[in-house]
Amino acid sequence: MKEKLAQIREQAISALKGASDLRTLEDAKVKFLGKKGELTAVLRGMGALTPEERPVIGQLANEVRNAVEELYANTKTALSENAKAAKLQSEKIDVTMPGARRNIAKRHPLSQVLREVSDIFLGMGFEIAEGPDIELDYYNFEALNIPKNHPARDTQDTFYITDNILLRTQTSPVQVRVMEKKKPPIKIIAPGMVFRSDAVDATHSPVFHQIEGLVVDKGVTMGDLKGTLETFVKKLYGEDVRVRFRPHHFPFTEPSAEVDISCFVCGGKGCSVCKGEGWIEILGAGMVHPKVLSGCGIDPDEYSGFAFGVGLERIVMRKFGIDDLRLFYENDIRFLKQF
Amino acid sequence: MKLPLSWVYDYTDLGDITPKEYADALTMSGSKVEGVEKQGEDIQNVMVGRIIKKEKHPNADTLWVCQVDFGSEQVQIITGAQNINEGDLVPCARHGAKLPGGITIKSGKLRGEVSNGMMCSHQELGLALEDIEGACENGILIFQKDYPLGTDVKEILGLNDSVIEFEITSNRPDCLSVIGLARESAATFGKPFNLKAPAVKGADGDVNDYVKVTVKDSALCPRYVARAVKNIKIATSPKWMRDRLESCGVRAINNIVDITNYVMLEYGQPMHAFDKNFLRGGEIIVRRAENGEEFKTLDGEERKLNNSMLVIADAEGPVAVAGVMGGENSEIRDDTTEMIFESALFNGPSVRLTAKALGMRTESSARFEKGLDAENCLNAINRACELVEELGAGEVVGGIIDIYPSKKEKRILPLEVDKTNAFLGTDISRDFMIKALRSLDFEVDEATNKIAVPTFRDDVESFADVAEEIARIYGYNEIESTLLRGRVTTGGRNKAQLVEEKICDTLCALGYYETKTYAFTHPASLKKLGREDELEKCIKISNPLGEENSIMRNNLLHSTLEVLALNYKQRTAQARLFEIGKVYIPHSLPLAELPDEIKYLSIGAYGNCDFYTLKGAVEDLFDALGIEDYAFEAAEERSFHPGKTALIKIGKNTAGVIGETHPDIAENYEIDTDVYLAEIKLADIFDGMDSEKKYKKLNRFPCVTRDIALLVDVSVPAATVLAAIKKYAGKSLEDIQLFDVYQGKQIPEGKKSMAYSATFRAEGRTLNESDITKIMDKLIMMLKKDLGAELR
Repeated sequence: MKEKLAQIREQAISALKGASDLRTLEDAKVKFLGKKGELTAVLRGMGALTPEERPVIGQLANEVRNAVEELYANTKTALSENAKAAKLQSEKIDVTMPGARRNIAKRHPLSQVLREVSDIFLGMGFEIAEGPDIELDYYNFEALNIPKNHPARDTQDTFYITDNILLRTQTSPVQVRVMEKKKPPIKIIAPGMVFRSDAVDATHSPVFHQIEGLVVDKGVTMGDLKGTLETFVKKLYGEDVRVRFRPHHFPFTEPSAEVDISCFVCGGKGCSVCKGEGWIEILGAGMVHPKVLSGCGIDPDEYSGFAFGVGLERIVMRKFGIDDLRLFYENDIRFLKQF
Repeated sequence: MKLPLSWVYDYTDLGDITPKEYADALTMSGSKVEGVEKQGEDIQNVMVGRIIKKEKHPNADTLWVCQVDFGSEQVQIITGAQNINEGDLVPCARHGAKLPGGITIKSGKLRGEVSNGMMCSHQELGLALEDIEGACENGILIFQKDYPLGTDVKEILGLNDSVIEFEITSNRPDCLSVIGLARESAATFGKPFNLKAPAVKGADGDVNDYVKVTVKDSALCPRYVARAVKNIKIATSPKWMRDRLESCGVRAINNIVDITNYVMLEYGQPMHAFDKNFLRGGEIIVRRAENGEEFKTLDGEERKLNNSMLVIADAEGPVAVAGVMGGENSEIRDDTTEMIFESALFNGPSVRLTAKALGMRTESSARFEKGLDAENCLNAINRACELVEELGAGEVVGGIIDIYPSKKEKRILPLEVDKTNAFLGTDISRDFMIKALRSLDFEVDEATNKIAVPTFRDDVESFADVAEEIARIYGYNEIESTLLRGRVTTGGRNKAQLVEEKICDTLCALGYYETKTYAFTHPASLKKLGREDELEKCIKISNPLGEENSIMRNNLLHSTLEVLALNYKQRTAQARLFEIGKVYIPHSLPLAELPDEIKYLSIGAYGNCDFYTLKGAVEDLFDALGIEDYAFEAAEERSFHPGKTALIKIGKNTAGVIGETHPDIAENYEIDTDVYLAEIKLADIFDGMDSEKKYKKLNRFPCVTRDIALLVDVSVPAATVLAAIKKYAGKSLEDIQLFDVYQGKQIPEGKKSMAYSATFRAEGRTLNESDITKIMDKLIMMLKKDLGAELR
């Protein structure tokens, strides 16, 4: 009996160890441990043993059974892991194949930068004001201290609809419309399309965009104008950029300034982009002219304010290195995709 | 305005500064420098040498071998000139020298002898015979003065000047002059400004015996000053004058004409000179032209004048268009012996309109139209007479005719130190303010705190103008930058602006690119859209650049189609685009008031898409915006395919249209594939948005799903079937989706199969099989009754 058990044990271990897959393993298990298995048969034959032999053989049989079951369990775990690993291995894909894309489109580059600019001012408590594209001469010129026959009109070649109605040449008329309607404190930006009678080429367009800004309140100073615009410029171009304010002339601001930033190509040393000057003009600004304030029913002795105007296309062209204005209005998808 | 820097030094000594330092400083004080040009850049390495030895060339009879001393070294130079002698000082182009005309000189051998340069004639240095002493017709220039050996000839020729180009703003006509810019320069550098009144010696005679002047319209001519010159000798002006004129971009002509131009540049006062003997009747009459009066200007053009234009006339007719251009009939000629100088002030707007009407903007009109200073006329004419005497161009007759009925007074403004500082955000001292203003020729009365504005500064009218003068001399960049204080404003985008952003972002997420197009367009665009009749209702631009941009658009479809067409032409396989833009609808034409500007959303697509692609995008957009009450109703619209077009209803409003472009229209745009367009009014989108969103409790009971396939007549719209299902399926219908529509095999003629997946879920309990059967039975019965639908 003992020999028989020892033999079974050896055979079972060898069969289990030899199983290379789960099915062979199961077969081996059935062969030895199953209802009709060899070990089971031995255990069934226990009745024929003497009472003295029974516990000894019984213990031995259980030892064999435990050993075989343990080996079976371990082998099964190992084979399962292997099988899983093999399956995963067989499922390997080429992760460099293209993804299933939705093809998200892009905002127009002008809109993207306008949003960036707007958000800077919105963060400073500004609102966005809008005005008509087709405008009265009064708002576009007269109320901005540019009477008929003023030489400043020459620099803004105007499209007229009638003698009195025109396509706005600047977003500044929105200033006047806001001041007429709203009591200070006023803090607005007014982005929009403007029109000038310029033939189309790489740097000229009869249609372009400006962003106007206006602040009116008690005690607004030229220092505030500088601080606000420096904040804007540094948020748009980075903290390292240097800003300078240069006296200039606009009929509707006094004092007036043009604002230059240090050239972002050469950093101010002078290059072809800044024409050797080291500076690039980016906007015009000034303290709102007292005549403009009083024309809008705001007492210039009580209130003061500043205004500024930025050319959107110019900023966008510099930001992305675009060299031809016409691209903005052609809307070639190969262009729009890039931003 | 171009300005030779040396001319500034006539009026203020700025000391030793580089042109760059000058340009930077003037830019920062308000006179923007556009460029700096160095004179004599084309002459390099030409210096003064002394001929110390002259010997015959061993191999050539006409050549001389010379030893030339430049102080630091001696070199051998061969020359063919015969006018030189030992001891002469001559200009020599050394090895590597550059001469006008792009010539470069190099060392070399002449007939076997080394020559280390070239001796120069005046022509080779770009000079005229009379420009320099010692020049001769056929030979080397021999200096008559004793210059140190090795001196750069540019110093001798006065070619070390820099020409500064300024951008002068329209409010500063005074800076369109050397004196104006010199004043700015002196103030910028804090140096004294020395302006002397011109001194005219004068000769015998009385100007009144030469000419009689009458001003008939003193509104258009507030001042007219005239002086006479006799015994004129027309000649070439001296080199210094020609150089300065040429530096300023003015061509030298003869001494008298050059003087008028020189004074215009120096004083900013346009001048004119009439040949006295061609002033018919010995008279000058300043009057308005007669309508239809004709006159030939200096440029030889016949001009037709009218009553709005001011002319200078003699007894018989015009001799000049006032402030714009003189006439051929009285111009200075080579044989002119007597002339009348004019220095007058003409009304700016009048000159501007006249110059514009005649299409001739001149240096003179450009100055007058910005508004000149009446007080400047007399000094300018005297300066011209001073120059006549200095150049020996003639004798200035005694007396001055000066018609100046109302003298220009200086504007008086208060000096407000505290207010200025509060306005600028500065702490500038009163002393600095006074000094700054005085440096710009403002008079300041310290006792009364009154400022007298100089007459040439019409632009300084109020407190803010004075503050600017102080600020720019103080330096804008010295003003401390501060952040806004005061009352807090909330700011931010308003609702409509937020919605617009959301529309754009949603459409981008759906794969549609945002575009921007012009607000005006070609009248033919309406024809392309098959809407010619709308042209008469469009707003027209009275002075368009060309026909292509001559009407304000009344729809966005054309813009979108043009963009689609451009991309199609570029062979982009598919395009998905949108734009939010305005259309312009007049109340009446011609415009009496501002038109309506209505914002629309336009969406366009071609390539790999159909009607439902675009419709799906619109529905997704509505979903993103929370618009629930909308419908698509089949319709026939112009420019669209009659069978593939719908009106978009939002609530009760017809918000827009969506559909396939009519093939004829697509052909007009040369797009050879199906094109889909939608145009929706933004205001209707805003109206349809459900701003109040409320949470609906989630039902946790299980759902049951049933698929049904219905056979209905082909003509029954899906929306009708859907509405019926929703109506009869009862409260527990949670969701219903159409997943298949089929016509063809196994489906009777004239019918279509529509397969829906319906999801049911009841409030508060689990639906069982018999519930569902009851619902379905009723639904199928009612669909049959209402729509004639059969279960398939």
